[in-house]
Amino acid sequence: MGIYTFPFDSTETPVHERLGGKCTSLAIMTSVGAPVPPGFAITTDAFDAVMNQTTLREHILRVLDGLDVDDTAEVERRAAHVRELILTQTVPDDVRHETIAAYDALMQLCGGEVPVAVRSSATAEDLPDASFAGQQDTYLWITGQKDVLQKVRECWASLYTARAITYRAANKIPDEGLSMAVAVQKMVNSRTSGVAMTIDPKNGDRSKIVIDSSWGLGELVVSGEVTPDNYLIDKVLLQVIDRIISDKHEELVPTGHGTVARREVDAERRNSPSLSDEEIVAVARLAKSAERHYGSVQDVEWAIDADLPAGQNVLLLQSRPETVWSQKAKPVHHTSSGSGIEAITKSLLAQMGSRA
Amino acid sequence: MTHTAARKSFDSPYDLEAPPGAEGWRDLYPYNLIFQENLRDKENAKFWFCDSQHWPNVFKPFETVGVEFAVRCLGAFNTRHYIIPPANGIEFRIHNGFCYMSPVAVAPELIGDRVPHFMERAGHYFANWDSLLENWKKKVLGTISEMDAINFEALPEMVDLDVITGGLGIDPSAKMMADYDRLIQLAYQNWEYHFEFLNLGYVAYLDFFGFCKESFPSIPDLAIARMVQGVDSVLFRPDDELKGLAELAVRLGLVEIFALHDGSEQVLAVLAGSPNGTEWIAAWEAAKEPWFNYTSGNGFYGSDVYWRDNLDLPMGYVKDYVERAARGDVLKRPTTELIAERDRIVGEYGEFLSGEALETFHGKLGLARTVYPYVEDHNFYIEHWTMGVFWRKVRQLSRLFQSYGFWENPDDMLYLTRDEVRPVIFDLATGWGVGADPIGPTYWPTEIERRRGIVAALSTARPEPAFNTPPETINEPFTIMLWGITTEQVQQWLAGDDAESPGLKGMAASPGVVEGIARVISGPEQLGELQQGEILVAPTTAPSWGPIFGKITATVTDIGGMMSHAAIVCREYGLPAVTGTGSASTKIKTGMHIRVDGSQGIVTILD
Repeated sequence: MGIYTFPFDSTETPVHERLGGKCTSLAIMTSVGAPVPPGFAITTDAFDAVMNQTTLREHILRVLDGLDVDDTAEVERRAAHVRELILTQTVPDDVRHETIAAYDALMQLCGGEVPVAVRSSATAEDLPDASFAGQQDTYLWITGQKDVLQKVRECWASLYTARAITYRAANKIPDEGLSMAVAVQKMVNSRTSGVAMTIDPKNGDRSKIVIDSSWGLGELVVSGEVTPDNYLIDKVLLQVIDRIISDKHEELVPTGHGTVARREVDAERRNSPSLSDEEIVAVARLAKSAERHYGSVQDVEWAIDADLPAGQNVLLLQSRPETVWSQKAKPVHHTSSGSGIEAITKSLLAQMGSRA
Repeated sequence: MTHTAARKSFDSPYDLEAPPGAEGWRDLYPYNLIFQENLRDKENAKFWFCDSQHWPNVFKPFETVGVEFAVRCLGAFNTRHYIIPPANGIEFRIHNGFCYMSPVAVAPELIGDRVPHFMERAGHYFANWDSLLENWKKKVLGTISEMDAINFEALPEMVDLDVITGGLGIDPSAKMMADYDRLIQLAYQNWEYHFEFLNLGYVAYLDFFGFCKESFPSIPDLAIARMVQGVDSVLFRPDDELKGLAELAVRLGLVEIFALHDGSEQVLAVLAGSPNGTEWIAAWEAAKEPWFNYTSGNGFYGSDVYWRDNLDLPMGYVKDYVERAARGDVLKRPTTELIAERDRIVGEYGEFLSGEALETFHGKLGLARTVYPYVEDHNFYIEHWTMGVFWRKVRQLSRLFQSYGFWENPDDMLYLTRDEVRPVIFDLATGWGVGADPIGPTYWPTEIERRRGIVAALSTARPEPAFNTPPETINEPFTIMLWGITTEQVQQWLAGDDAESPGLKGMAASPGVVEGIARVISGPEQLGELQQGEILVAPTTAPSWGPIFGKITATVTDIGGMMSHAAIVCREYGLPAVTGTGSASTKIKTGMHIRVDGSQGIVTILD
């Protein structure tokens, strides 16, 4: 790999200025053992190479010179002009070749051509907050080299939406030196998915991980329309302590074209475990890594991707701090504190005194 | 049992017939060890479980000495020494040749009064653990050396002249009787010492165990064991010695000699004539005492073979090790990794605690670690070393009587109880004294044949796992920890063998998952059948099967808990183990393809 792309599972340290916020965090999650769907970043070096091969940068500055940000029609017009300039700019060969190589490698890992998501990854406060930006420059279910390259350009161009231009003006962020990275990431093809919590909600025990798991996409688990399989795992030994296999009658599956289909689960699968023993441990390991990384009890959404090889198919979709159970947990009452003979006697009586 | 509801009780021992040919088996054992007819109601009110962990095979009459001494002394330390508040000892009986146990509870209203005594007595031991233990070792070694000095010799044609000139006025038969009594007494003595520390070791372990179960409900027992367990137990030293000898052979360029020759005698003879061979022989000789006082059995059977008495055994292991060392295999146990893993486990559980709870965690763990080495190490001093010397002397005496024609085979004395032996000595002394034939040679051969037939008949049946009605829940932690007998396990026994289910459930005793070919081994004499890479399936194992653990990939036993020998040794060797399955050794056949999940405690028959 050269300087224009950066796989999320690269062993090199991700540099924020080159990868942008989103790609940096995807690479970090992967490196700490909480792998996100596989993919790669197209770095800011690629964007810069596009801009710097001609006088495009100066050209854009000239277009935007003297813009009255209160004149929304004018802002819209000039923004569209700039985006057109970027979209029609030729991409240097080395950038193009390296991007294609990275894309091909990703498809090879997935065992064939599968849909990807293409998203912008801003480096600083060049863009409004991610939730807004996300609506503007996220392209899902993109298939094939040509379409992917097109969407990469559209991401680059999204640096100059009217909203982005106005935002920078209001926050006095200069347009000089603006850059943009892009994330190309596999669309998850969930064979099995669910949630994992790094605490036992029954008693607040932090040495446990609980997993809910069902076939297909996770929505039916979250909405309670399917009773998931339930696993209790010891967090330290990563050992399954308890398992309840449920009747999982329905599943949601991606069609590959950006839609999902709801279907009945066949008789054989509905009462079978939706995770193998190895996968249970892999999901638990992923949740444990997320907790370790964020430093607090986590509620993790995960999926087993049907396209990826075993060992790389457990994916982290989202991790957020768990606040309900971790706050409710009452401190454990210990029969016996300390370690002298009195403590020993107490615990001996508690353990043996109650026998039938 | 798929069509009928699970039963609530096991059969009564009074309703169980002996296998054909075993009629009259009760007369082989001391009266106090069998279920007496007039105590039917009293005995049937108790729940008995089979201890096939320590006594997997039918007792020959002499061999009851082990269970009698061991379990009596265990009880005495709970009941009379330390006054353990909620627990007395364990009653034991023999039925159809197998050993059954029933723990004796303390009435709830008596527990309170016992507490101050326990605190004073056990407290003294915990507070002075190291110095008392040092003294223990002196006492135990003293017993062993006294026992070792005993020598049973043929009676002379006439008493030594010294007896005459010294005016002693006594002949060697008196010494033979005294020596026999002394041998029994010395064995008894070391079995007392065996339990001087053991029960307290478990009590401290349980203290930490209980704390962990409260802090982390349903924490795997295995996690607790791994936090406490050491990695350099004396118990592993004999095996380590053999590994060291194998590495020395490689360093000295002797690999070929071990490859080309078999049997200790031949190997040693060739070594003696080779340039570096004498250096190796010196190391071999140095390792013998005490480390070859080691058995591939468990010390409870007269047929247990000790390395010292059969040098082909350790030499065979050395040969295997030399071959592996020459291939470049690392023979040493992964102690650094085991310690690092132990520290990780302690560290991570510790992270979930804070303040006083964290302090208590480390305090209790500290004490458990102080006392726990004894739980492992004592086994070498008593089961191996003491019992090795004991059985050697017993065999010496048996052979002496064989030479006088009392019985046909060298070890036939094992078919007598220990209290029947003394009259035999007197019979010999009488015949010798009066100058006539002793009676024994005309009496014992037939009687021993009869008994041999009964023992053989008893051995054709596997023991019932338990008798009578179990308590609703089994929460006596000693029973769970040492024998692996849980409520769930008892329910599984009650449900009977479900022939359709391809799986067996037991204790997750040592983590990891392995698939492979099973080899069912019912006693140490079969160990030679094991092939590299097979999975060992046995009623129970002894830690002294050490050297074979380099060959196998996993272990499955019928009986045994987290702290059973199989569990400890497998964790030490990093092999998956499932213990306490109840019926693995009968359900699984040699050659079957099985999957052992030592993390979940599940064994699956794959074909």
